[in-house]
Amino acid sequence: MLEVRGLRKVYTSRDRTVEALRDITFSVAAGELVCLVGPSGCGKTTLLKCLAGLLGPTGGEVSVEGRPVSGPPPGMAVVFQVYGRSLFPWMTVAQNVELPLRHKGRGRAERRRLVTAALADVGLSHTPDAYPWQLSGGMQQRVAIARALAYEPHVMLMDEPFAAVDAQTRADLEDLIRTLWDRTGVTTLFVTHDIDEAVYLGERVVVLSSSPTVVQDDLPVDLPRERDQLDTRALPRFTELRSRVYGEIRSAQRAASRADGA
Amino acid sequence: MSARPAGPQVPRTVVLGATGLALTALAAEVLPRALGIPGDVLPPLSVILGALAAELPTPQFRAALGATVVQWGLGLAIAVVLGVSVGVVLGSVPWLRRLTASTVEFLRPIPSVALVPLAVLVLGTQLRSALLLIVYASFWQVLVQTMYGVADVDPVAEQTARSYGLGRWARVRHVLWPTAQPYVATGVRLAAAVALILAITAELVIGSPGLGREIAAAQSGGATALVYGLVLVTGLLGLVVNVGVRALERRLLRWHVSVRGEVAP
Repeated sequence: MLEVRGLRKVYTSRDRTVEALRDITFSVAAGELVCLVGPSGCGKTTLLKCLAGLLGPTGGEVSVEGRPVSGPPPGMAVVFQVYGRSLFPWMTVAQNVELPLRHKGRGRAERRRLVTAALADVGLSHTPDAYPWQLSGGMQQRVAIARALAYEPHVMLMDEPFAAVDAQTRADLEDLIRTLWDRTGVTTLFVTHDIDEAVYLGERVVVLSSSPTVVQDDLPVDLPRERDQLDTRALPRFTELRSRVYGEIRSAQRAASRADGA
Repeated sequence: MSARPAGPQVPRTVVLGATGLALTALAAEVLPRALGIPGDVLPPLSVILGALAAELPTPQFRAALGATVVQWGLGLAIAVVLGVSVGVVLGSVPWLRRLTASTVEFLRPIPSVALVPLAVLVLGTQLRSALLLIVYASFWQVLVQTMYGVADVDPVAEQTARSYGLGRWARVRHVLWPTAQPYVATGVRLAAAVALILAITAELVIGSPGLGREIAAAQSGGATALVYGLVLVTGLLGLVVNVGVRALERRLLRWHVSVRGEVAP
Protein backbone atom coordinates (compact mmCIF):
# COMPACT_ATOMS: atom_id res chain seq x y z
CA MET A 1 0.00 0.00 0.00
CA LEU A 2 2.70 2.46 1.08
CA GLU A 3 6.30 1.73 0.09
CA VAL A 4 9.33 3.80 1.04
CA ARG A 5 12.65 2.78 -0.52
CA GLY A 6 15.97 4.39 0.29
CA LEU A 7 14.37 7.77 0.91
CA ARG A 8 16.90 10.57 1.35
CA LYS A 9 16.34 14.26 1.86
CA VAL A 10 19.04 16.89 1.99
CA TYR A 11 18.18 20.54 2.53
CA THR A 12 20.56 22.89 0.77
CA SER A 13 20.79 26.54 1.65
CA ARG A 14 23.37 29.06 0.49
CA ASP A 15 26.06 28.23 3.02
CA ARG A 16 25.25 24.80 4.37
CA THR A 17 23.55 21.51 3.66
CA VAL A 18 21.58 19.49 6.18
CA GLU A 19 20.97 15.83 5.69
CA ALA A 20 17.56 15.40 7.31
CA LEU A 21 16.85 11.86 6.13
CA ARG A 22 19.71 9.52 5.19
CA ASP A 23 18.14 6.24 4.19
CA ILE A 24 14.56 5.34 5.05
CA THR A 25 13.06 2.06 3.93
CA PHE A 26 9.84 0.59 5.23
CA SER A 27 6.41 -0.33 4.02
CA VAL A 28 2.87 -0.33 5.31
CA ALA A 29 0.53 -3.08 4.12
CA ALA A 30 -3.10 -2.42 3.26
CA GLY A 31 -5.23 -2.10 6.39
CA GLU A 32 -2.28 -1.78 8.77
CA LEU A 33 -2.00 0.77 11.57
CA VAL A 34 1.68 1.63 11.88
CA CYS A 35 3.24 4.13 14.24
CA LEU A 36 6.40 5.94 13.29
CA VAL A 37 8.29 7.09 16.32
CA GLY A 38 11.52 9.01 16.58
CA PRO A 39 13.30 11.55 18.78
CA SER A 40 12.50 15.24 18.29
CA GLY A 41 14.33 16.76 15.38
CA CYS A 42 14.80 13.46 13.57
CA GLY A 43 12.94 14.66 10.49
CA LYS A 44 9.55 13.06 11.10
CA THR A 45 7.72 15.97 9.55
CA THR A 46 10.11 16.00 6.58
CA LEU A 47 9.47 12.30 6.07
CA LEU A 48 5.73 12.79 6.28
CA LYS A 49 5.82 15.62 3.76
CA CYS A 50 7.77 13.40 1.36
CA LEU A 51 5.18 10.64 1.81
CA ALA A 52 2.34 13.10 1.26
CA GLY A 53 3.89 14.36 -1.97
CA LEU A 54 4.28 17.87 -0.54
CA LEU A 55 8.08 17.76 -0.68
CA GLY A 56 10.31 16.17 -3.30
CA PRO A 57 12.92 13.75 -1.93
CA THR A 58 16.61 14.10 -2.79
CA GLY A 59 16.89 10.38 -3.42
CA GLY A 60 14.93 7.16 -3.14
CA GLU A 61 11.30 6.60 -3.88
CA VAL A 62 7.88 6.65 -2.26
CA SER A 63 4.97 4.82 -3.81
CA VAL A 64 1.36 4.68 -2.77
CA GLU A 65 -0.89 1.91 -4.10
CA GLY A 66 1.85 0.95 -6.54
CA ARG A 67 2.22 4.42 -8.07
CA PRO A 68 5.32 6.52 -7.44
CA VAL A 69 4.52 9.72 -5.54
CA SER A 70 5.34 12.95 -7.36
CA GLY A 71 2.52 15.11 -5.92
CA PRO A 72 -0.20 14.57 -3.35
CA PRO A 73 -1.58 11.05 -4.03
CA PRO A 74 -5.34 11.02 -4.71
CA GLY A 75 -6.23 8.35 -2.16
CA MET A 76 -4.40 9.94 0.75
CA ALA A 77 -5.60 12.15 3.59
CA VAL A 78 -3.25 13.97 5.95
CA VAL A 79 -4.03 15.11 9.49
CA PHE A 80 -1.61 17.82 10.53
CA GLN A 81 -0.26 18.57 13.96
CA VAL A 82 -1.33 22.20 14.01
CA TYR A 83 -5.08 21.77 13.63
CA GLY A 84 -5.60 25.48 14.28
CA ARG A 85 -3.79 26.32 11.06
CA SER A 86 -4.92 23.31 9.06
CA LEU A 87 -8.62 24.07 9.51
CA PHE A 88 -9.89 27.13 7.67
CA PRO A 89 -11.24 29.73 10.11
CA TRP A 90 -13.44 31.29 7.41
CA MET A 91 -15.43 28.09 7.02
CA THR A 92 -17.78 26.36 9.43
CA VAL A 93 -17.01 22.87 10.70
CA ALA A 94 -19.24 21.29 8.05
CA GLN A 95 -17.77 23.43 5.27
CA ASN A 96 -14.24 22.46 6.31
CA VAL A 97 -15.14 18.78 6.12
CA GLU A 98 -16.96 19.25 2.84
CA LEU A 99 -14.37 21.27 0.92
CA PRO A 100 -12.14 18.35 -0.21
CA LEU A 101 -15.25 16.43 -1.31
CA ARG A 102 -16.31 19.27 -3.60
CA HIS A 103 -13.01 18.95 -5.39
CA LYS A 104 -13.30 15.20 -5.51
CA GLY A 105 -16.42 15.69 -7.63
CA ARG A 106 -18.93 14.29 -5.16
CA GLY A 107 -22.57 15.33 -5.64
CA ARG A 108 -24.36 17.51 -3.12
CA ALA A 109 -26.44 14.75 -1.50
CA GLU A 110 -23.44 12.44 -1.33
CA ARG A 111 -21.34 15.21 0.27
CA ARG A 112 -23.99 15.91 2.87
CA ARG A 113 -24.19 12.22 3.74
CA LEU A 114 -20.39 11.89 4.06
CA VAL A 115 -20.05 15.05 6.15
CA THR A 116 -22.84 14.03 8.53
CA ALA A 117 -21.46 10.52 8.91
CA ALA A 118 -17.88 11.71 9.48
CA LEU A 119 -18.93 14.27 12.10
CA ALA A 120 -21.00 11.60 13.86
CA ASP A 121 -18.00 9.25 13.78
CA VAL A 122 -15.85 11.73 15.70
CA GLY A 123 -18.68 12.69 18.08
CA LEU A 124 -19.31 16.17 16.68
CA SER A 125 -22.82 15.80 15.25
CA HIS A 126 -24.02 18.80 17.21
CA THR A 127 -21.59 21.42 15.88
CA PRO A 128 -21.71 21.47 12.06
CA ASP A 129 -22.42 25.21 11.93
CA ALA A 130 -19.86 26.31 14.51
CA TYR A 131 -16.58 27.81 13.38
CA PRO A 132 -13.44 25.86 14.28
CA TRP A 133 -12.14 28.68 16.49
CA GLN A 134 -15.24 28.38 18.66
CA LEU A 135 -14.19 24.83 19.59
CA SER A 136 -11.61 23.48 22.02
CA GLY A 137 -8.31 22.13 20.69
CA GLY A 138 -9.41 18.53 21.03
CA MET A 139 -12.64 19.20 19.18
CA GLN A 140 -10.77 21.03 16.43
CA GLN A 141 -8.53 18.01 15.91
CA ARG A 142 -11.68 15.88 15.75
CA VAL A 143 -12.91 18.13 12.93
CA ALA A 144 -9.61 17.58 11.09
CA ILE A 145 -10.00 13.82 11.58
CA ALA A 146 -13.60 14.01 10.33
CA ARG A 147 -12.38 15.86 7.24
CA ALA A 148 -9.89 13.07 6.58
CA LEU A 149 -12.53 10.35 7.14
CA ALA A 150 -15.13 11.97 4.89
CA TYR A 151 -12.53 12.01 2.11
CA GLU A 152 -12.69 8.18 2.17
CA PRO A 153 -8.93 7.83 1.89
CA HIS A 154 -7.09 4.60 1.18
CA VAL A 155 -4.18 5.81 3.29
CA MET A 156 -4.31 8.19 6.22
CA LEU A 157 -1.17 10.01 7.42
CA MET A 158 -1.20 11.63 10.83
CA ASP A 159 1.59 13.99 11.84
CA GLU A 160 1.79 14.12 15.65
CA PRO A 161 -1.89 15.03 15.70
CA PHE A 162 -2.22 15.02 19.49
CA ALA A 163 0.99 16.78 20.44
CA ALA A 164 -0.83 19.99 21.36
CA VAL A 165 -3.78 18.72 23.40
CA ASP A 166 -4.00 17.92 27.11
CA ALA A 167 -3.46 14.41 28.46
CA GLN A 168 -7.12 13.47 28.97
CA THR A 169 -8.17 14.70 25.51
CA ARG A 170 -5.19 12.91 24.07
CA ALA A 171 -6.23 9.57 25.59
CA ASP A 172 -9.77 10.06 24.21
CA LEU A 173 -8.45 10.87 20.75
CA GLU A 174 -6.10 7.86 20.78
CA ASP A 175 -9.05 5.60 21.50
CA LEU A 176 -11.01 7.36 18.77
CA ILE A 177 -8.27 6.54 16.25
CA ARG A 178 -8.22 2.88 17.35
CA THR A 179 -12.02 2.65 17.08
CA LEU A 180 -12.14 4.29 13.65
CA TRP A 181 -9.33 2.15 12.35
CA ASP A 182 -10.98 -0.99 13.72
CA ARG A 183 -14.20 -0.12 11.92
CA THR A 184 -12.98 1.26 8.60
CA GLY A 185 -9.74 -0.68 8.27
CA VAL A 186 -8.12 2.32 6.57
CA THR A 187 -4.35 2.01 6.21
CA THR A 188 -2.93 4.43 8.76
CA LEU A 189 0.54 5.79 9.39
CA PHE A 190 0.70 7.66 12.66
CA VAL A 191 3.78 9.78 13.33
CA THR A 192 4.60 10.64 16.94
CA HIS A 193 7.47 11.43 19.26
CA ASP A 194 5.65 9.75 22.14
CA ILE A 195 6.82 6.17 22.70
CA ASP A 196 3.84 5.18 24.87
CA GLU A 197 1.45 6.53 22.29
CA ALA A 198 3.22 4.63 19.49
CA VAL A 199 3.08 1.31 21.34
CA TYR A 200 -0.48 1.84 22.53
CA LEU A 201 -1.86 2.76 19.11
CA GLY A 202 0.18 0.76 16.65
CA GLU A 203 -0.01 -2.75 15.32
CA ARG A 204 3.59 -2.13 14.38
CA VAL A 205 6.12 0.47 15.43
CA VAL A 206 8.82 1.79 13.10
CA VAL A 207 11.60 3.42 15.14
CA LEU A 208 13.64 6.18 13.55
CA SER A 209 17.15 7.17 14.60
CA SER A 210 18.36 10.68 15.29
CA SER A 211 19.25 12.88 12.35
CA PRO A 212 20.65 11.98 9.79
CA THR A 213 17.79 9.56 10.04
CA VAL A 214 17.60 5.86 9.22
CA VAL A 215 15.11 3.21 10.29
CA GLN A 216 16.46 1.89 13.56
CA ASP A 217 13.95 -0.86 14.20
CA ASP A 218 10.65 -2.20 12.94
CA LEU A 219 8.79 -4.24 15.52
CA PRO A 220 5.30 -5.77 15.59
CA VAL A 221 3.13 -4.87 18.57
CA ASP A 222 1.67 -8.16 19.78
CA LEU A 223 -0.84 -6.63 22.16
CA PRO A 224 -4.53 -7.64 22.11
CA ARG A 225 -6.52 -5.90 19.39
CA GLU A 226 -8.92 -4.42 21.93
CA ARG A 227 -6.91 -1.66 23.61
CA ASP A 228 -7.81 0.04 26.82
CA GLN A 229 -6.04 3.04 28.34
CA LEU A 230 -5.79 1.38 31.77
CA ASP A 231 -5.60 -2.35 31.09
CA THR A 232 -3.38 -2.29 28.01
CA ARG A 233 -0.89 0.11 29.53
CA ALA A 234 -0.73 -2.14 32.63
CA LEU A 235 0.22 -5.24 30.63
CA PRO A 236 3.78 -6.50 31.15
CA ARG A 237 4.09 -6.85 27.37
CA PHE A 238 3.26 -3.16 26.96
CA THR A 239 6.05 -2.24 29.36
CA GLU A 240 8.49 -4.54 27.57
CA LEU A 241 7.69 -3.04 24.19
CA ARG A 242 7.93 0.55 25.35
CA SER A 243 11.23 -0.19 27.14
CA ARG A 244 12.60 -1.71 23.97
CA VAL A 245 11.59 1.29 21.84
CA TYR A 246 12.87 3.66 24.48
CA GLY A 247 16.22 1.82 24.53
CA GLU A 248 16.48 1.99 20.75
CA ILE A 249 15.87 5.71 20.69
CA ARG A 250 18.35 6.35 23.48
CA SER A 251 21.08 4.31 21.86
CA ALA A 252 20.40 6.12 18.60
CA GLN A 253 20.78 9.47 20.33
CA ARG A 254 24.01 8.36 21.97
CA ALA A 255 25.37 7.15 18.65
CA ALA A 256 24.46 10.48 17.11
CA SER A 257 26.16 12.53 19.81
CA ARG A 258 29.30 10.33 19.55
CA ALA A 259 29.30 10.92 15.81
CA ASP A 260 29.00 14.64 16.46
CA GLY A 261 31.87 14.56 18.95
CA ALA A 262 34.18 12.60 16.62
CA MET B 1 -18.45 27.20 22.20
CA SER B 2 -20.11 30.30 23.49
CA ALA B 3 -21.34 33.08 21.29
CA ARG B 4 -19.41 36.32 21.33
CA PRO B 5 -20.76 38.49 24.13
CA ALA B 6 -22.10 41.84 22.99
CA GLY B 7 -19.74 44.59 24.14
CA PRO B 8 -21.35 46.34 27.10
CA GLN B 9 -19.09 49.37 26.57
CA VAL B 10 -20.65 50.26 23.20
CA PRO B 11 -23.44 52.51 24.63
CA ARG B 12 -20.85 54.34 26.75
CA THR B 13 -18.74 55.04 23.67
CA VAL B 14 -21.79 56.31 21.83
CA VAL B 15 -22.75 58.60 24.70
CA LEU B 16 -19.23 60.03 24.97
CA GLY B 17 -18.98 60.44 21.20
CA ALA B 18 -22.32 62.27 21.03
CA THR B 19 -21.36 64.51 23.91
CA GLY B 20 -18.06 65.41 22.26
CA LEU B 21 -19.81 66.23 19.01
CA ALA B 22 -22.38 68.38 20.80
CA LEU B 23 -19.64 70.29 22.64
CA THR B 24 -17.79 70.91 19.38
CA ALA B 25 -20.99 72.20 17.77
CA LEU B 26 -21.63 74.44 20.74
CA ALA B 27 -18.09 75.83 20.53
CA ALA B 28 -18.54 76.44 16.79
CA GLU B 29 -21.68 78.41 17.57
CA VAL B 30 -20.53 80.38 20.60
CA LEU B 31 -16.84 81.09 19.97
CA PRO B 32 -17.22 83.10 16.71
CA ARG B 33 -19.77 85.33 18.48
CA ALA B 34 -17.92 85.58 21.79
CA LEU B 35 -14.59 86.39 20.12
CA GLY B 36 -16.24 88.71 17.61
CA ILE B 37 -14.82 86.92 14.60
CA PRO B 38 -16.20 88.53 11.43
CA GLY B 39 -18.78 86.49 9.51
CA ASP B 40 -16.66 86.37 6.34
CA VAL B 41 -13.87 84.62 8.26
CA LEU B 42 -15.74 82.17 10.50
CA PRO B 43 -19.50 82.51 10.78
CA PRO B 44 -21.29 80.81 13.70
CA LEU B 45 -22.48 77.27 13.08
CA SER B 46 -26.15 78.28 12.81
CA VAL B 47 -25.33 80.66 9.95
CA ILE B 48 -23.32 77.94 8.18
CA LEU B 49 -26.13 75.44 8.58
CA GLY B 50 -28.64 78.05 7.41
CA ALA B 51 -26.65 78.68 4.22
CA LEU B 52 -26.32 74.94 3.69
CA ALA B 53 -30.05 74.36 4.28
CA ALA B 54 -30.81 76.91 1.59
CA GLU B 55 -28.41 75.15 -0.77
CA LEU B 56 -29.50 71.54 -0.14
CA PRO B 57 -32.78 71.55 -2.10
CA THR B 58 -31.26 73.14 -5.24
CA PRO B 59 -30.77 70.88 -8.27
CA GLN B 60 -27.29 72.33 -8.59
CA PHE B 61 -26.29 70.94 -5.19
CA ARG B 62 -27.78 67.52 -5.91
CA ALA B 63 -26.01 67.33 -9.24
CA ALA B 64 -22.73 68.26 -7.57
CA LEU B 65 -23.17 65.73 -4.79
CA GLY B 66 -24.13 63.06 -7.31
CA ALA B 67 -21.12 63.86 -9.51
CA THR B 68 -18.73 63.59 -6.57
CA VAL B 69 -20.22 60.30 -5.41
CA VAL B 70 -20.14 58.85 -8.94
CA GLN B 71 -16.52 59.88 -9.52
CA TRP B 72 -15.52 58.54 -6.16
CA GLY B 73 -17.37 55.25 -6.55
CA LEU B 74 -16.25 54.65 -10.11
CA GLY B 75 -12.64 55.51 -9.35
CA LEU B 76 -12.62 53.36 -6.23
CA ALA B 77 -14.19 50.42 -8.05
CA ILE B 78 -11.62 50.56 -10.85
CA ALA B 79 -8.78 50.87 -8.32
CA VAL B 80 -10.04 47.92 -6.26
CA VAL B 81 -10.47 45.62 -9.25
CA LEU B 82 -7.05 46.58 -10.64
CA GLY B 83 -5.32 46.53 -7.25
CA VAL B 84 -6.68 43.15 -6.22
CA SER B 85 -5.99 41.43 -9.54
CA VAL B 86 -2.49 42.84 -9.92
CA GLY B 87 -1.81 42.23 -6.21
CA VAL B 88 -2.83 38.58 -6.36
CA VAL B 89 -0.70 37.96 -9.45
CA LEU B 90 2.37 39.83 -8.16
CA GLY B 91 1.96 38.37 -4.69
CA SER B 92 1.77 34.76 -5.81
CA VAL B 93 4.60 34.81 -8.36
CA PRO B 94 7.81 35.47 -6.41
CA TRP B 95 10.04 36.41 -9.38
CA LEU B 96 7.39 38.79 -10.70
CA ARG B 97 7.17 40.42 -7.28
CA ARG B 98 10.92 40.92 -7.11
CA LEU B 99 10.93 42.21 -10.68
CA THR B 100 8.30 44.86 -9.94
CA ALA B 101 9.09 45.78 -6.32
CA SER B 102 11.48 48.60 -7.19
CA THR B 103 9.09 50.09 -9.75
CA VAL B 104 6.19 49.94 -7.32
CA GLU B 105 8.26 51.61 -4.61
CA PHE B 106 9.23 54.33 -7.10
CA LEU B 107 5.75 55.03 -8.46
CA ARG B 108 3.81 54.70 -5.23
CA PRO B 109 5.09 57.83 -3.44
CA ILE B 110 4.30 60.14 -6.39
CA PRO B 111 1.49 62.32 -5.05
CA SER B 112 -1.52 62.03 -7.30
CA VAL B 113 -1.92 65.82 -7.27
CA ALA B 114 1.42 66.13 -9.06
CA LEU B 115 -0.22 64.40 -12.00
CA VAL B 116 -2.87 67.12 -12.37
CA PRO B 117 -1.10 69.01 -15.18
CA LEU B 118 -0.39 65.79 -17.01
CA ALA B 119 -3.99 64.59 -16.65
CA VAL B 120 -5.36 67.89 -17.91
CA LEU B 121 -2.86 68.00 -20.77
CA VAL B 122 -3.66 64.49 -21.95
CA LEU B 123 -7.30 63.99 -20.96
CA GLY B 124 -8.67 67.52 -20.61
CA THR B 125 -10.91 68.73 -17.78
CA GLN B 126 -13.33 65.87 -18.15
CA LEU B 127 -14.39 63.14 -15.78
CA ARG B 128 -11.57 61.02 -17.19
CA SER B 129 -8.94 63.35 -15.70
CA ALA B 130 -10.49 63.17 -12.25
CA LEU B 131 -10.83 59.40 -12.56
CA LEU B 132 -7.19 59.04 -13.50
CA LEU B 133 -6.12 60.89 -10.34
CA ILE B 134 -8.52 58.96 -8.12
CA VAL B 135 -7.54 55.59 -9.55
CA TYR B 136 -3.83 56.36 -9.40
CA ALA B 137 -3.95 57.35 -5.74
CA SER B 138 -6.19 54.57 -4.47
CA PHE B 139 -4.75 51.77 -6.62
CA TRP B 140 -1.54 51.62 -4.54
CA GLN B 141 -3.43 51.29 -1.27
CA VAL B 142 -5.27 48.24 -2.54
CA LEU B 143 -2.28 46.78 -4.34
CA VAL B 144 0.08 46.92 -1.37
CA GLN B 145 -2.48 45.53 1.09
CA THR B 146 -3.43 42.72 -1.28
CA MET B 147 0.23 41.77 -1.64
CA TYR B 148 0.61 41.68 2.14
CA GLY B 149 -2.47 39.49 2.31
CA VAL B 150 -1.18 37.06 -0.29
CA ALA B 151 2.12 36.82 1.56
CA ASP B 152 0.24 35.91 4.75
CA VAL B 153 -1.12 32.60 3.45
CA ASP B 154 -0.39 29.97 6.09
CA PRO B 155 1.89 27.24 4.71
CA VAL B 156 -0.02 24.61 6.72
CA ALA B 157 -3.35 25.73 5.24
CA GLU B 158 -1.76 25.68 1.79
CA GLN B 159 -0.32 22.19 2.37
CA THR B 160 -3.66 20.97 3.66
CA ALA B 161 -5.38 22.20 0.52
CA ARG B 162 -2.72 20.62 -1.69
CA SER B 163 -2.83 17.30 0.14
CA TYR B 164 -6.59 17.14 -0.48
CA GLY B 165 -6.01 17.60 -4.18
CA LEU B 166 -7.18 21.20 -4.55
CA GLY B 167 -5.77 22.63 -7.77
CA ARG B 168 -4.18 26.05 -8.17
CA TRP B 169 -7.42 27.88 -8.88
CA ALA B 170 -9.26 26.14 -6.02
CA ARG B 171 -6.44 27.13 -3.66
CA VAL B 172 -6.62 30.76 -4.80
CA ARG B 173 -10.36 30.73 -4.20
CA HIS B 174 -10.53 28.83 -0.91
CA VAL B 175 -7.21 29.62 0.78
CA LEU B 176 -5.48 32.64 -0.73
CA TRP B 177 -8.52 34.85 -1.22
CA PRO B 178 -10.04 34.34 2.26
CA THR B 179 -6.59 34.92 3.81
CA ALA B 180 -6.12 38.11 1.83
CA GLN B 181 -9.64 39.43 2.49
CA PRO B 182 -8.92 41.24 5.77
CA TYR B 183 -5.93 42.94 4.13
CA VAL B 184 -7.94 43.82 1.03
CA ALA B 185 -10.64 45.25 3.31
CA THR B 186 -8.05 47.50 4.97
CA GLY B 187 -6.79 48.50 1.53
CA VAL B 188 -10.30 49.34 0.37
CA ARG B 189 -10.94 51.39 3.50
CA LEU B 190 -7.75 53.39 2.98
CA ALA B 191 -8.43 53.67 -0.74
CA ALA B 192 -12.00 54.89 -0.12
CA ALA B 193 -10.69 57.78 1.97
CA VAL B 194 -7.94 58.62 -0.52
CA ALA B 195 -10.38 58.40 -3.43
CA LEU B 196 -12.68 60.94 -1.78
CA ILE B 197 -9.78 63.32 -1.14
CA LEU B 198 -8.72 63.05 -4.76
CA ALA B 199 -12.28 63.43 -6.07
CA ILE B 200 -12.68 66.74 -4.19
CA THR B 201 -9.15 67.83 -5.15
CA ALA B 202 -9.78 67.16 -8.82
CA GLU B 203 -13.00 69.16 -8.69
CA LEU B 204 -11.28 72.05 -6.93
CA VAL B 205 -8.18 72.13 -9.10
CA ILE B 206 -9.31 70.84 -12.49
CA GLY B 207 -12.87 72.07 -12.16
CA SER B 208 -14.58 68.81 -12.99
CA PRO B 209 -18.20 68.85 -11.80
CA GLY B 210 -18.81 68.07 -8.13
CA LEU B 211 -18.75 69.44 -4.59
CA GLY B 212 -15.17 70.69 -4.97
CA ARG B 213 -16.15 72.92 -7.89
CA GLU B 214 -19.12 74.23 -5.88
CA ILE B 215 -16.76 75.10 -3.03
CA ALA B 216 -14.52 76.97 -5.44
CA ALA B 217 -17.55 78.75 -6.90
CA ALA B 218 -18.88 79.73 -3.46
CA GLN B 219 -15.43 81.00 -2.52
CA SER B 220 -15.11 83.22 -5.60
CA GLY B 221 -18.64 84.47 -4.91
CA GLY B 222 -17.64 85.44 -1.36
CA ALA B 223 -20.21 83.08 0.22
CA THR B 224 -18.09 82.12 3.21
CA ALA B 225 -20.91 80.42 5.11
CA LEU B 226 -21.70 78.25 2.09
CA VAL B 227 -18.03 77.32 1.69
CA TYR B 228 -18.04 76.08 5.28
CA GLY B 229 -21.34 74.31 4.70
CA LEU B 230 -20.05 72.46 1.67
CA VAL B 231 -16.87 71.53 3.51
CA LEU B 232 -19.08 70.02 6.21
CA VAL B 233 -20.86 67.99 3.55
CA THR B 234 -17.57 66.58 2.23
CA GLY B 235 -16.67 65.64 5.80
CA LEU B 236 -20.00 63.89 6.26
CA LEU B 237 -19.47 62.08 2.98
CA GLY B 238 -16.12 60.83 4.24
CA LEU B 239 -17.74 59.68 7.47
CA VAL B 240 -20.48 57.81 5.61
CA VAL B 241 -17.88 56.17 3.38
CA ASN B 242 -15.80 55.04 6.35
CA VAL B 243 -18.76 53.74 8.35
CA GLY B 244 -20.11 51.94 5.28
CA VAL B 245 -16.84 50.20 4.48
CA ARG B 246 -16.40 49.20 8.12
CA ALA B 247 -19.89 47.74 8.30
CA LEU B 248 -19.19 45.75 5.15
CA GLU B 249 -15.92 44.57 6.67
CA ARG B 250 -17.62 43.34 9.84
CA ARG B 251 -20.20 41.44 7.82
CA LEU B 252 -17.77 39.73 5.46
CA LEU B 253 -15.04 39.06 8.00
CA ARG B 254 -17.02 37.86 11.01
CA TRP B 255 -14.70 34.84 11.15
CA HIS B 256 -11.55 36.95 11.43
CA VAL B 257 -9.79 37.65 14.72
CA SER B 258 -10.08 41.40 14.28
CA VAL B 259 -13.88 41.12 14.15
CA ARG B 260 -14.72 38.09 16.28
CA GLY B 261 -12.47 39.13 19.15
CA GLU B 262 -11.01 36.60 21.52
CA VAL B 263 -13.31 33.67 22.12
CA ALA B 264 -12.87 31.42 25.11
CA PRO B 265 -13.23 27.89 23.74
